[in-house]
Amino acid sequence: MKDTILEIKDLSVIYKTDLETVEAVNGISLTIGKGKTYGLVGETGAGKTTTALSILRLLPAATGRVLGGSIQFDGEDVLSLSESDMCALRGRRIAMVFQDPMTSLNPVMTVGDQIAEALLVHDRKMGKEEVERRVEETLSMVGILPSRKIEYPHQFSGGMKQRVVIAMALACEPELLIADEPTTALDVTIQAQVLMMIKELRNRLGTSMLMITHDLGIVAKICDDVGVMYAGEIVESGSVEDIFSPGRHHPYTEGLFGSIPDLKSRARRLTPIAGLMPDPTALPQGCVFAPRCKKCQERCKTVRPKAVTEGTHRIACHLYGGQAAGSAQGISGGQDAFRRKEEQ
Amino acid sequence: MTEQRNATPAAEVFKKQSQAKEIWRRFKKNRGAVIGLILLSAILLIIIFADLIVPYEQATVQDMSQKLATPSPEHWFGMDSYGRDLFARVIHGGRTSLSIALLATLSSCVVGSALGAVAGYFGGWVDNLIMRSLDIFMSVPDILFTMAVVFALGANFTNLLIALTLAYFTNYVRLVRSQVLNLSEQDYVEAARAGGAGSARIIISHILPNAIGVIIVNTTLNVAKIILYESTLSFLGLGMPPPSPEWGLILSEAREFMRRAPHMMLFPAMAIVLSACSVNLIGDGLRDALDPHLKS
Ligand SMILES: Nc1ncnc2c1ncn2[C@@H]1O[C@H](COP(=O)(O)OP(=O)(O)O)[C@@H](O)[C@H]1O
Ligand SMILES: [Mg+2]
Repeated sequence: MKDTILEIKDLSVIYKTDLETVEAVNGISLTIGKGKTYGLVGETGAGKTTTALSILRLLPAATGRVLGGSIQFDGEDVLSLSESDMCALRGRRIAMVFQDPMTSLNPVMTVGDQIAEALLVHDRKMGKEEVERRVEETLSMVGILPSRKIEYPHQFSGGMKQRVVIAMALACEPELLIADEPTTALDVTIQAQVLMMIKELRNRLGTSMLMITHDLGIVAKICDDVGVMYAGEIVESGSVEDIFSPGRHHPYTEGLFGSIPDLKSRARRLTPIAGLMPDPTALPQGCVFAPRCKKCQERCKTVRPKAVTEGTHRIACHLYGGQAAGSAQGISGGQDAFRRKEEQ
Repeated sequence: MTEQRNATPAAEVFKKQSQAKEIWRRFKKNRGAVIGLILLSAILLIIIFADLIVPYEQATVQDMSQKLATPSPEHWFGMDSYGRDLFARVIHGGRTSLSIALLATLSSCVVGSALGAVAGYFGGWVDNLIMRSLDIFMSVPDILFTMAVVFALGANFTNLLIALTLAYFTNYVRLVRSQVLNLSEQDYVEAARAGGAGSARIIISHILPNAIGVIIVNTTLNVAKIILYESTLSFLGLGMPPPSPEWGLILSEAREFMRRAPHMMLFPAMAIVLSACSVNLIGDGLRDALDPHLKS
């Protein structure tokens, strides 16, 4: 398949310490098309960051371990690359933007030097003028005056810092950008700005993207495909249309839509999902969402649901695993309200 | 393209230069640091050109008639218990004392920091190996250890340097290791790794520059300690062999005559205090100059 940039199959990752084993990612599969943006949505602890780190092979060496599955980047098996090949891949072909811009920059280095460093890591022999030129280009690309390259991170605001971080990630023009909750740590007003900038740069540079977020608004704005992650599994995936249009959905996805404030229907209360994520050191035997699911049946507690695929839309839930499909009505309220809001 | 690459060598050289200029600019603004720098330069100049000021013989020639004489226009710092000119002894002694102290500080810092950085960064069995060896090392008291080294190798400049380095590198290992452990967890280190940087580059450009402030302060505090430790060694007869002058040696000789001839103790002590102070002032200034947050 020439038009996929990243293909993850059945990836399982654990964190193993002396005391316990955390099953952080359990057999997820996802495919990102060239030039496409895949949104990975899920609440804190779902295993989103772990997935991202596995792609770059940056799991903590002492504890993190890939148990099985494969990660193909542009036809190459990432998991079997040598460490030096991996270094050449990181930053150059796959770049990552971390969640917190406040701490993602080295406090004792000017931002210009840090961008230069990102360039020099992959091309030691790059000439001085060229480095300077690229640094200035990259800064203006993210909307920062090139003359600010001699300033230190603490002289920038949070949004500006995240722009610098994005500039560093894009400096080598990577083919795939992994953005791990790039706007979560920012003020709401700045979030929209930074998001729009990411979108515009992605369109301009044709970068493929893995957008990790817990914000469905972000998914609606810039993603092509979506995976909803819960307790280390992708419980539902599909195109943005699949996920956002009314119809059959995983109860967890419905719950996510129900937890978003809606200005139109002021009277309606938010309906948060009751309960907490299961303890990743002792996952339930059946469906991982069963303990919190309102539609939980007997077999949900014991049997892991198989995924049902309908075109691009894939749901792993017993509700749709055959005859029980009837219960899909009346569950699209959240999606409808959300769409109305987004369309404004 | 190729031409452009050849035209300018490593861009890093340029980068480091501009950063050094910036640090110097901030350093100059710190009055204490500048005073320290001037003071240390003066001390070093006097010591380097000691022969032009007072010939070396003055430091060893004994004139028992002037034993313990107080300072006078001929003998600025007075005479010691053997009737030797103290001024000559102090400024010639500075050569040995300061060069050993500065070199030993530097070498213990480099050795200790490198080991600490490796232990902290790589962790696992490397860390265990280094830290457990260090524990064994530290379970032997410094002074015993130093004595053993000097006895085994003989008392001369190089061996003293080795002995002092061995006695002082341990605290850098612990200090730098803890700094590195802490700094490796920082997001910017993770980000650098995600950008494809290798271990050496991460340690050199991201971890050490952030640990440097703490290392410098520790280093400058050590200069004074090492000068005093040297004097302890001299006192035990393990320093530079007499009659070659040395600050610690002069001090320990002066102890007996503290009441009758306090000047004998005063001047070498002042020399030690002034050198230590100037180094500390410079260290403080450097630490601040290296911290961009304090940039005005
Ligand atoms: N270094 C680690 N050691 C042990 N457990 C970890 C580690 N990192 C993450 N985890 C656990 O793995 C699970 C998934 O975490 P993470 O991938 O960070 O989730 P997300 O990014 O979706 O919030 C969580 O239960 C978390 O506690
Ligand atoms: Mg995360």
